[in-house]
Amino acid sequence: MPSAKSPEELQALCKGLRRDIVRMIGAAKSGHPGGALSAVEILVTLYFDVMRHDPKNPAWEDRDRCILSKGHGVPVLYAVLAEAGYTPKDALNTLRKLGSPYQGHPDKRFIPALEASTGSLGQGLSIGLGMALAARLDGRDFRTYVILGDGEIQEGQVWEGAMFAAFHKVDNIVAIVDYNRIQLDGFVKDIMELEPLAAKWQGFGWHVIELDGHDIPALRSAFAEAASVKGKPSVLIAHTVKGKGVSFMENNPKFHGTAPTPAEVELALQELQ
Amino acid sequence: MALRTTFELKTGMATREAFGKALAALGREDSRIVVCDADLSKSTYTSLFAKEFPDRFFECGIAEANMVGIGAGLASAGKIAFVSSFSCFLMNKGFEQLRVAVAYPRLAAFKAVGTHSGISIGEDGPSQMSVEDLGLACSLPGFTVLSPADEVATMALVRAAAYHPAPVFIRTGRAKVPIVYQDGQSFEIGKAVELIEGSDVAILATGLMVAEAIRAQETLEAEGISARVLDIHTIKPLDREAIARAAAETGALVVAEEHLVDGGLGVRVAQVVAGTSPCVMEFVGIQDTYAESATPEQLLDKYGLLARDVAEAARKAVGRKK
Repeated sequence: MPSAKSPEELQALCKGLRRDIVRMIGAAKSGHPGGALSAVEILVTLYFDVMRHDPKNPAWEDRDRCILSKGHGVPVLYAVLAEAGYTPKDALNTLRKLGSPYQGHPDKRFIPALEASTGSLGQGLSIGLGMALAARLDGRDFRTYVILGDGEIQEGQVWEGAMFAAFHKVDNIVAIVDYNRIQLDGFVKDIMELEPLAAKWQGFGWHVIELDGHDIPALRSAFAEAASVKGKPSVLIAHTVKGKGVSFMENNPKFHGTAPTPAEVELALQELQ
Repeated sequence: MALRTTFELKTGMATREAFGKALAALGREDSRIVVCDADLSKSTYTSLFAKEFPDRFFECGIAEANMVGIGAGLASAGKIAFVSSFSCFLMNKGFEQLRVAVAYPRLAAFKAVGTHSGISIGEDGPSQMSVEDLGLACSLPGFTVLSPADEVATMALVRAAAYHPAPVFIRTGRAKVPIVYQDGQSFEIGKAVELIEGSDVAILATGLMVAEAIRAQETLEAEGISARVLDIHTIKPLDREAIARAAAETGALVVAEEHLVDGGLGVRVAQVVAGTSPCVMEFVGIQDTYAESATPEQLLDKYGLLARDVAEAARKAVGRKK
């Protein structure tokens, strides 16, 4: 299990992983930088602070599970898994290339440490609920985390899962909405507004925690709060910035699904020193 | 070697009911068995399991997409997950989830069971009739697809499916169907059962069409036509050897299924025949249409799924050989 790190160390780690993300998407010449960069602190806090897991034993039955339901954001997960020691770090730049374990969207066939193959939006919460039910049935105390995109929750299946989770009192699952406010065609509010988002989840019977999704201590205490809530599922509405950390990508819908050019990669890496 | 030459064809239980009974029996033996249903457990007979094992039964409400995802999560975390609904809802509303959450990572512990397949559900009409489920299931890479003919086959195949190292779809029906097999008959996934020997034509049938094929064979025999009857209970992977042998030895095949002729067993058999021993083929199934409300008997009659239709197709096939 990765050793505990201070918030400052985790913050430094985030910067390094952002460099990995920019480099690998630049090398791939395609991919989704914006939504990978917005979720860095969420995944770093999970994998390097909150979750119980062991990179030497990815099949450990009692490991906590993390599903990246917004599969297009996968470069951040690859950077985290490589940093934790699950997968080779020196191969990150083979992203999206023939024979690479780093497929365009998460693919369990290539990386067994991935808990689910995703990429078709809306499915991760349901899969995570199945895992959480299995834990409850077996009396195991592992927890399941599902990271949802904001655009993703326009999918009806998410709300089928939300209804199920509250009705069945699944309290060993946490959903995290990476609320970066941009989807492929533009700003979420212009495509299909989600507000009032907290009220929606509350209405579906969830314990809702709103926070700054780039604030590691806030994330840490939100996950602790979620763990203390019994009898209902918890959701973190994590307010984030799309493209966080790279000035020209921040809040820029263009970088939802466009790779940076070699010059842009250089510029971004300078900013991320 | 054919099974025997005479069949009583006494009416037995519906294959959906046999599924429910087999599932409850499996539940008693193996605590890993869990079941999901979408508000149809009284109709799919998963209620039998739910009654005995309420902790291992998950009512998902009328939300099939979520149900398939939940089954995938359970199957990923050490459970053998049976996920059931009417075949049309499970396969059509849950197809995307079967594709990405089940077939793509090849979740071997996931078992989808569709009931109320075909048009023999009767009065409820086409919105509830699953006439494309075999095609959909076969298009999922790595899936095994089963279509039992009667209660004996269903009980054996549900059990085999539970421990089969691949995701499985099992197709069952609403109507009571004739009993083809004797108790204790063994089944092997991927291995067709030769019910009756014959040399002029081979009838390859699945589901409730197996009994119709047996009845057709009796008519044909009286006319001097020797028909072989095969139960193709495994639609995928097909028993290529048995099909190729039937094609080579008889030179004329009839495929009979309660499914659209587009995308069902027939086209899959034709693919095998084209690659092995090309021969004359005729197809009995639902043509390019949706059915309607009526009794199951009236529908099987109107849409050409009776022994009469199988026999006619066999005569035609034999005639085309010359």
